[in-house]
Amino acid sequence: MFEFVEVLKSHGFMQNAVIIGLLASVACGVMGTYVVVKRIVFISGGISHTALGGMGIAYYYGYHPIHGAVVSALIAAVVIGLVSLRYHQYEDTIIGALWAIGMAVGILFIYRTPGYSIDLMSYLFGNILMVKRESIYLLASLDALIIVLVFLFHKRFLAVCFDEEYSELQGISVVTTYLLLLCLIALTVVILIQVVGIILVIALLTLPAATARYYARSLVQMMILASLLGAVFTTSGLIVSYQPDLPAGATIILIAGLAYLLATVFKGLTLRFPRKNPPKSLFRKGGL
Amino acid sequence: MSQNKDVVEIDQVGFAYDGDLVLEDVTLTVRQGDFLGVVGPNGSGKTTLLKIILGLIHPLRGKVRVFGQPPERARHLIGYVPQHADLDSSFPISVMDVVLIGRLGKAPRLGRYRKTDRQTAEEAMQEVEIYNLRNRRFGTLSGGQKQRVLMARALVGKPDLLLLDEPTTSVDGRVEQDIYELLKKLNEKVTIILVSHDLGFISSYVKHVACVNRRLVCNPTNEITGDVIEACYSGPVHMIKHKCEL
Repeated sequence: MFEFVEVLKSHGFMQNAVIIGLLASVACGVMGTYVVVKRIVFISGGISHTALGGMGIAYYYGYHPIHGAVVSALIAAVVIGLVSLRYHQYEDTIIGALWAIGMAVGILFIYRTPGYSIDLMSYLFGNILMVKRESIYLLASLDALIIVLVFLFHKRFLAVCFDEEYSELQGISVVTTYLLLLCLIALTVVILIQVVGIILVIALLTLPAATARYYARSLVQMMILASLLGAVFTTSGLIVSYQPDLPAGATIILIAGLAYLLATVFKGLTLRFPRKNPPKSLFRKGGL
Repeated sequence: MSQNKDVVEIDQVGFAYDGDLVLEDVTLTVRQGDFLGVVGPNGSGKTTLLKIILGLIHPLRGKVRVFGQPPERARHLIGYVPQHADLDSSFPISVMDVVLIGRLGKAPRLGRYRKTDRQTAEEAMQEVEIYNLRNRRFGTLSGGQKQRVLMARALVGKPDLLLLDEPTTSVDGRVEQDIYELLKKLNEKVTIILVSHDLGFISSYVKHVACVNRRLVCNPTNEITGDVIEACYSGPVHMIKHKCEL
């Protein structure tokens, strides 16, 4: 721990990693809240893996991978969104198909790209310790965009997540609102893939929000709590992984997963063995 | 309030899901100030009828007019109370936020709700006596309380027509009676259409009854008298009750 503080003071890469972790926690805490309550974890997974296909194609044709990723993720978000609204019974099949096809396309194009092939593992698992300074600015802009859009649209997002039918009766376009939400999730996922890898994105999108859900009374509370939890998980993951030289991303995921597991068990116990009522109610009964 | 204005006009309406005929040749008129109970066994097309009045689905045949307009254009005049069991009870949302969804159509398109929206929501909660629950999480409430929250959400838009889908499922008899008393009070101001498969209380509170079983088995043209109820239910009632016991 003490050693980590020393490294943090003297090494830019560790400062970058901590800042990236904090910024990613905000993006994931806010968007992850919608993902968890709307039960679209699988949809988010489908979008993120489809992004890999776009990355491969962009890489092959000599563009920056992120451009291909943004385009393919947004297309995936719209396709999956429309399918899930119109043909709900085929939703998971189509997501599964896009998921697999996206990855296969990515792998094929990267394989066929002449020259020194990039390391596919880095897109899957990322490396939070190797991020560049520009990524911090990119991520800070993403956070700002998310916060502004959520402030403007939260009423509608909340209504559509909770009760689609009633939102439609209120004259809200459920399709537009849902697609906007999915596109925002897609953008979050794509930008974070560059930085921390697909698997850490899905972990940060779901685990902090799922843990926060047990304690939050509203979506806004859940967003704040999920962001704080994400910050704790990423920072402590970096601290724990530094000394024994463990992969940082995987350590962060395991800490987040462990916290979620403990919170779930604890919640299960409090439901099974509820606290006794305060003695007040005993006095009222029978009028003694 | 004029008693003769037609609020809902349904003319020879038919509807089918995937080729299965759910409603056939239904003709029904609801007058202003009415309290209509729509009864029928499960799967008889009652909820479909409500959704047609709301304009959520379109009939394959026939014509629907609500306040003289196509249903979609009359939505701002309708309050709808769906079955609360369809809503996710683990969703972290407060009672206040659920009720505010009923103001979404009238609130600013972007940003937060205005103060007047919140005040209207508070008034609606007071009207159905759940103001003290406003900060509670929706999912932790009892069935009867949830029902009142959804009624407040429907009332917050100041509707002229209130539609309720099985408002008394999964509540006990006393709560059921409370809900009907409340509806009777609300009926002084708004027209009510209530769907139920349960005949327990309905006949003593509603003004007219329509019995639906794909077709309109009995038409609610007369005031309810003992004879009319007998005539409407003598067949179907036993079948329905028997199904309930199972």
